[in-house]
Amino acid sequence: MKRLYLFQGGIHPSEQKFSQNSPIEELKAPDRVVVPLSQHIGAPCQATVAPGDRVRKGDRVGQATGFVSVNVHASISGMIRGVGLFPHPLGRPLPAVEIESDGEDAWTDNLKPHEDYMDLPPEALTEIIRDMGIVGMGGAAFPTHVKLSPPKEKPIDTLIINGAECEPYLTADHRLMLEEAENIIEGARIAMRILGVDRGVIAIESNKPDAIDKMKGLIEDIPELEVLALKVRYPQGAEKQLIKTILNREVPFSGGLPMDVGAIVQNVGTLSAIYKAVRFAAPLIERITTVTGSGVRQPKNLRVRIGTPTKALIEACGGFSSEVGKVIMGGPMMGVSQYSLEVPVVKGTSGIVVQPFSEVEEGSAQPCIRCGSCVRACPARLMPTVLGVFAQLDMFEEAQRYDVMDCIECGCCNYVCPAKIPLVQLLRYAKAEILTRRKAA
Amino acid sequence: MWIALFCLSGLGLVASLGLGLAAKRFAVEVDPRVEEVERVLPGVNDGGCGYPSCSQFARAVVEGKAPVNGCVAGGEDTALALAEVMGVEAVIGEKRVAVVLCKGGREESKTKFTYRGVENCKAAVLVSGGDKACPYGCLGLGTCKRVCPFDAVVISEDGLAVIDTQRCTGCGICVKECPKGIIQLVPIGKRVSILCQSGEKGSEVRKKCDVGCIACETCVRVCPFDAIFMEGNLAVLDHERCQVCGLCIPRCPTHTIEARDGPFPPVEIMADKCSGCGICSMICPVSAIEGDKKEVHRVLEGRCVGCLLCIDRCPKDAIGIEVPINSAVELASR
Amino acid sequence: MEDRQLILSSSPHIHGEESIPRIMYTVVVALIPAMFMGVYLFGFRALAVILISVVAGMATEAGTQRILGRKVTISDGSALVTGILLALNLPPTVPWWLVVVGSAIAIAIGKQIYGGLGYNPFNPALVARVILLISFPVQMTNWVKPSPLFSGVADAVTTATPLGAMKTHLMVKGTLQGFSMGEFWNPFIGNIGGCIGETSVIALLIGAGFLLYRGYITWHIPVTFVGTVFILSGLFWLIDPDQYINPIFHILTGGLMLGAFYMATDMVTSPITNRGMMIFGAGCGVITIIIRLFGGYPEGVSYSILLMNAATPLIDRYTRPTTFGWKEVSPR
Repeated sequence: MKRLYLFQGGIHPSEQKFSQNSPIEELKAPDRVVVPLSQHIGAPCQATVAPGDRVRKGDRVGQATGFVSVNVHASISGMIRGVGLFPHPLGRPLPAVEIESDGEDAWTDNLKPHEDYMDLPPEALTEIIRDMGIVGMGGAAFPTHVKLSPPKEKPIDTLIINGAECEPYLTADHRLMLEEAENIIEGARIAMRILGVDRGVIAIESNKPDAIDKMKGLIEDIPELEVLALKVRYPQGAEKQLIKTILNREVPFSGGLPMDVGAIVQNVGTLSAIYKAVRFAAPLIERITTVTGSGVRQPKNLRVRIGTPTKALIEACGGFSSEVGKVIMGGPMMGVSQYSLEVPVVKGTSGIVVQPFSEVEEGSAQPCIRCGSCVRACPARLMPTVLGVFAQLDMFEEAQRYDVMDCIECGCCNYVCPAKIPLVQLLRYAKAEILTRRKAA
Repeated sequence: MWIALFCLSGLGLVASLGLGLAAKRFAVEVDPRVEEVERVLPGVNDGGCGYPSCSQFARAVVEGKAPVNGCVAGGEDTALALAEVMGVEAVIGEKRVAVVLCKGGREESKTKFTYRGVENCKAAVLVSGGDKACPYGCLGLGTCKRVCPFDAVVISEDGLAVIDTQRCTGCGICVKECPKGIIQLVPIGKRVSILCQSGEKGSEVRKKCDVGCIACETCVRVCPFDAIFMEGNLAVLDHERCQVCGLCIPRCPTHTIEARDGPFPPVEIMADKCSGCGICSMICPVSAIEGDKKEVHRVLEGRCVGCLLCIDRCPKDAIGIEVPINSAVELASR
Repeated sequence: MEDRQLILSSSPHIHGEESIPRIMYTVVVALIPAMFMGVYLFGFRALAVILISVVAGMATEAGTQRILGRKVTISDGSALVTGILLALNLPPTVPWWLVVVGSAIAIAIGKQIYGGLGYNPFNPALVARVILLISFPVQMTNWVKPSPLFSGVADAVTTATPLGAMKTHLMVKGTLQGFSMGEFWNPFIGNIGGCIGETSVIALLIGAGFLLYRGYITWHIPVTFVGTVFILSGLFWLIDPDQYINPIFHILTGGLMLGAFYMATDMVTSPITNRGMMIFGAGCGVITIIIRLFGGYPEGVSYSILLMNAATPLIDRYTRPTTFGWKEVSPR
């Protein structure tokens, strides 16, 4: 057994993987979708359609505007109803394209499949990935082609295939690994070809033994790939923690990237999407989303079109089981709570967690008793309570000196805090203030 | 006993020697005027001048980098005192105060969701922009109150930040810190303000708030001085032009326009002076004065909005106003 | 479908089960063996001391919070813990009014004037104990032999604590020759003179084990504290056993176990980093040994902890963990 390194800190919340045994279900194409033009980190797209235009599935509706930007595509066929501001998972209205279905669900005929994709030059592969709008599907939605184009002076030796899925409740990646393992492996091979690396590590938390077995069975004949079972510990699936665990390398502080330590991490969903994009020229217009939490009747893993309103997903899962409290897009540790069920599924929507009203905790903070739990739990090795005090007192320079900018907002400190201090929000506040001050200066 | 005495005196001697040497060695030359300037300053380090502390401002004044009237908190008196120290003449502007341009408290306005988290507007806007349905709504979590060095902000029971104009020095810190950007500095005498910043369409505003500007443009039409204009869907008051007549206040259908420090008192006509020329009833924009020619005119109770337009025009100086003592200052500036 | 407004907050949306009351009441549970032994060894008088201390502490907490216009939080258990800890740090013979005074000092001066729970720089129970010790030296050092309940032994036989006896012997005779340490079994179960809760090492260790298991204390402070005392006293003992007593005697007697496991580990007043806690523990150990071997008092645990409490902010400052990514772990 290969030795694993442990990252410091982290927590082990109750896993609550209700939907891990429910096979992926196809959610039928909705009558209407709202496809945001900004579904990735980086510059938003420029709309390439206008109200009244007819589009088919896979047609480009938004054009990337810069290197760190990717196209977005129509996820249903039909007519463009509007281009304007629509609710967005980030919590404020953002530009999007609204499409009304014509019921045909017909594919565009611009698709150019490649059967001999492994013979394509790396540049061509990267180009396809960009055109097809592939972004990191683990949640952060960083454009994949950027990650796959490290500069020459930063040699990469390992591709880490991230199947950790450390967020409680979520099972989308787990199901994908069981049901589309071949696609993931092909996607990994494509990524490795682009990067020119000959080592790929499939990292899966040990609470998914079936996925580990499945993957192990499939890679027997592929010597470049190996499967590692990781200890169940949140945030194991965070890039930096994953690299530390597998390679014992620490991504440099303040803005360092995995490529600085010779590693690239790709989520399993992203790799599956890469395979489909390269092999079938299929743009990223759907994803697997876990709809779960004790607030929905039947937790499920759904294959949904990008742009489907949250409401449709919840209805497909039997609706709310009791009075609803919170609807969280993403996992319960890092997800964003939503105020509108009109918010569409975007490329990074790994899950929708519904908490009943009775389960939402009262947010009454007590004074810090300096128990140090947050310090021990912080995987970034910060002192969250000290940073929290700095934030409360608007002492931003001090917070910066204590490396608040290296906080990954994983929520461990907040989770363990016995005084229920909203540490993540305080630290995010400090970070936001420091950034605005930097911009102003 | 003697040993102890000896030891302690020795220690004291050595320490004082060290202190004395340090004072000589590391002495910093300071322009004596800096200290003088500092003494005049209020010493609250509010930063309204643009310097982080009063002493830094003092240094800047002495070096000629900052104007003598730069201290907003100190106002007129400080400016005059500083000018004396520096031997220059001070230019004094009218004192300004901050106004929160939102009237939609928890009662009048709607929310998008129930917020739970840090009691600080700037932290709250990180959660979907804050709970108010209106993106320009005061969140009432008191960031302005936190940063105000003069305790001039109170959060009303209705969850709105309200500025105590008596305490406000117009330093402008809250204006910079408000994440919604809805605090404005206005000359203290210009006590009429349109308390809404929403640029959304009237129909949208109506859905979210009972007291927001719905862009009906009534105030624009009413204003005799062209001091109100439309900026997109929002009525904006130009304080330079505003004569504080208050005519717009009763005409606003959503009661968005308000005068600080209470309503305007009605005018009175002094019967012994009135010659019955009728000018006042002619120019009164609300037809609140009536009377026959050459007869003593009278003011209709409840009609007069206290715009005072008639006062200046009366050839006999027969129109006056019962002045409540505390608003004498404001009237003087009108 | 949307009948109620949704609730929004910053992530994370789930929280662990820990809470301040849970921590406090767990500490109370961990102190039950020590309280039990205290009452067993010193009789119902000890129970009365504990009860008076708790009641006075909670009343003071409620009173001061009301006067200062704060939220009354006596149900969070922190005043209860302080009350119990103070009682365990008092001699069983202490007059009842002294207990009341001490408890009031602990809560009012030790905690509330600094801003309440979480803001006090010094361990409140120790602040009270030390103030009482300085102000009422006679009442605070009136020790009795344990007279276990139902054993038929007549109570209130005055004695000295082992450390006190040792110090007196050393001062009178100038050497430890002729001083009998007695069986180590006695301090282990608590059959020696001392404060209500400090004598029974076994009871204290049982509770400490529970706290360690629950993760409310970590090994860092107690191990470094006791370890430092052991090593330092052992060194002196090796050099001159006639002047310095056996290190086992040092760690089993006095307030060391109570101090190391329950007082020095007080979350509010000890460092928050693991390295900091080890420095803190070691510092406590050094000061304890200096006082015990060279000071006027026979015992120095309380003073050592209070002194290190004062150093806590500094220790925290200098033991800040290295942020993730600040050091190259495996060179490539």
